[in-house]
Amino acid sequence: MRPDYQLSQLDVLQAEAIHVMREVAAEFERPVLLFSGGKDSVVMLALAEQAFSPARIPFPVMHVDTGHNFPEVLEFRDRRVAELGVRLIVASVQDSIDAGRATEETGRHASRNRLQTVTLLDAIEEYRFDALFGGARRDEEKARAKERVFSFRDEFGQWDPKNQRPELWNLYNTRIRRGEHIRVFPLSNWTELDVWAYIEREELDLPGIYFAHQRPVFERDGLLLAENPYVTRGGDEPLFTATVRYRTVGDMTCTGAVASTAGTVAEVIAEVAATRITERGQTRADDRTSEAAMEDRKREGYF
Amino acid sequence: MSAVSPGPLASRMDILRFATAGSVDDGKSTLIGRLLYDSKSIFADQLEAVERTSRDRGEDYTNLALLTDGLRAEREQGITIDVAYRYFATPRRKFIIADTPGHIQYTRNMVTGASTADLAVVLVDARNGLTEQSRRHAFLTTLLRVPHMVLAVNKMDLVDYQAEVFERICEEFSAFATRLDIGDLTFVPISALHGDNVVDRSANMPWYDGPSLLHHLEHVHIASDRNLIDVRFPVQYVIRPQAATDAALHDYRGYAGQVAGGVLKPGDEVLHLPSGFTTKVRAVEWAGQPVAEAFAPMSVTLLLDDDVDISRGDMISRPNNRPAVAQDIEAMVCWMSSDQVLAKRSRLVVKHTSRTVKAIVTDLHYRIDVNTLHRDESATQLGLNEVGRVRLRLTQPIFCDPYARNRTTGGLILIDEATNATVGAAMITDAR
Repeated sequence: MRPDYQLSQLDVLQAEAIHVMREVAAEFERPVLLFSGGKDSVVMLALAEQAFSPARIPFPVMHVDTGHNFPEVLEFRDRRVAELGVRLIVASVQDSIDAGRATEETGRHASRNRLQTVTLLDAIEEYRFDALFGGARRDEEKARAKERVFSFRDEFGQWDPKNQRPELWNLYNTRIRRGEHIRVFPLSNWTELDVWAYIEREELDLPGIYFAHQRPVFERDGLLLAENPYVTRGGDEPLFTATVRYRTVGDMTCTGAVASTAGTVAEVIAEVAATRITERGQTRADDRTSEAAMEDRKREGYF
Repeated sequence: MSAVSPGPLASRMDILRFATAGSVDDGKSTLIGRLLYDSKSIFADQLEAVERTSRDRGEDYTNLALLTDGLRAEREQGITIDVAYRYFATPRRKFIIADTPGHIQYTRNMVTGASTADLAVVLVDARNGLTEQSRRHAFLTTLLRVPHMVLAVNKMDLVDYQAEVFERICEEFSAFATRLDIGDLTFVPISALHGDNVVDRSANMPWYDGPSLLHHLEHVHIASDRNLIDVRFPVQYVIRPQAATDAALHDYRGYAGQVAGGVLKPGDEVLHLPSGFTTKVRAVEWAGQPVAEAFAPMSVTLLLDDDVDISRGDMISRPNNRPAVAQDIEAMVCWMSSDQVLAKRSRLVVKHTSRTVKAIVTDLHYRIDVNTLHRDESATQLGLNEVGRVRLRLTQPIFCDPYARNRTTGGLILIDEATNATVGAAMITDAR
């Protein structure tokens, strides 16, 4: 049988991501992979494993821990890191607050989302990281749709969307000066569905909260938020139990659950394929602030 | 995990990357909006946001351009500044759209979008016919060797769906195209606004017997666009497991890279450059698993029979089919810097496959007018968005092919050593 030398879309995306990861390992001195335990970073870590197999992943992973994470996700994070034998660096938002580097927001909509930028940039400086892998995808959000795979950050960690380096073919300009760094997005061309299809094909393990489970929740601004110690419920926000799953994983304070009975990867794929709402629109309070919420946070150095 | 037996969901889908060229006035954003909308790739909350913004701005229609213009400055100025990438899929294919701005001041963005495209959709307004801009888009598409081009004659509804209008534009473009080297050219009459011939064949143009635009995008054959003949494997990274507890890995030396051409199989005799040594492929690994063969664009790891000293920047090819080992390069350059010009004696850094070397411009033969294709041999420099033919002298040889033969081993980027900015892109025409 003569093969037609045809690759599936997942094979092409996988090849591209592996190429990007090897390029970083070859050209940077101190790369790090941002790992939250969320599905995109799980895929990224699996690709890193494949890119350097049978050697170990030649860079550490870092989690910017807001202190408001789902316990199931932290548990998963620690287990996965131990399995791979990679070094985990935890940069703690609580430490930034305790050190007076960041100030806790107050009020009903208080969130540590924006504070993560302070912690992240401090960690980059402390460890002198010159390249950071992020799991962001261009289909997530329209400011991200414009961002390069290798995205330059100045010494203040800022993104300048109007002055991005042209990016041609698979040739990436990796040159920076001391104190500057590059954010690298190997999953740029993946969609939410691609991520799930890859998880299914490679049989990747995920935190349990991605699948349907019973949980006490309350409704706020159209989102189903989990009952958690970091949010004060108002009197008009009664608690009830619902069968839900998470489409994205972020802080308990701002990540909404979706009503779902999808208990397996295949069922999640069927659900994602049929949905009419974007994942960030459905589950993230942080993106609803304004038309340019993501662009503004990215300019400041956000993921 | 293997390329040969992909998972169930992925089994029959491949990827088509296409670039769209044309200005807002040509209906490009409407066309993309239509493709996304009709393939159900626009989500309810995105559409709602666009409708809300359109309303707030006092527009009496839903401005689909707001979907693609992602930056604040773009929305404020109502223009597209940068390449935006959009994604949609049909049961046959996943599509990646590089939505590129049409104005001449964004030529570099169009070049960027076209560099990875399998196909370019050049939009023409049926009322205006070919313009300077459409000629420029067609020229840049062929300069970047995008293998397939579609000339989409839009706004057919505004010319009463007349066959004569469409045919006149096709003839005019065909005459112009003889001056270019277009691989595969298709003409489609459409109305993006009303959806004629975008997804479904239009009842308004019974005289047109070709496919709808989406049908063409779904069926155009792209697998043979890749070079499966000339084996080219730029070594990107050497994998050497450190502190291996497994004795079998103690001597493991894997040469990692993305195949740029040809087919590599275990047992194949290969040539290493720059050494000139030949050896055999012992195994090909893809994502940690052995596979029977590798071809572009797979990112694989090669294990070789002999222990040759191989490092990043080297090239693996076949003994009887090798790339040029060149220190003098003739190339077409698109200059992308607004801060400085390219001129004779300019010093630059060149990145080509996995090799980075220094270069000096030894000659600027001519500047080409991207609108008229006129060659100006008296030109002494290239400014932002200008294209010209140059000669480069490199400090070290690179292993390359003409761009027309291989887009990976024939393309390079130019970097300014002082600012680290990417200041140009070059396509090799000849190398020694």
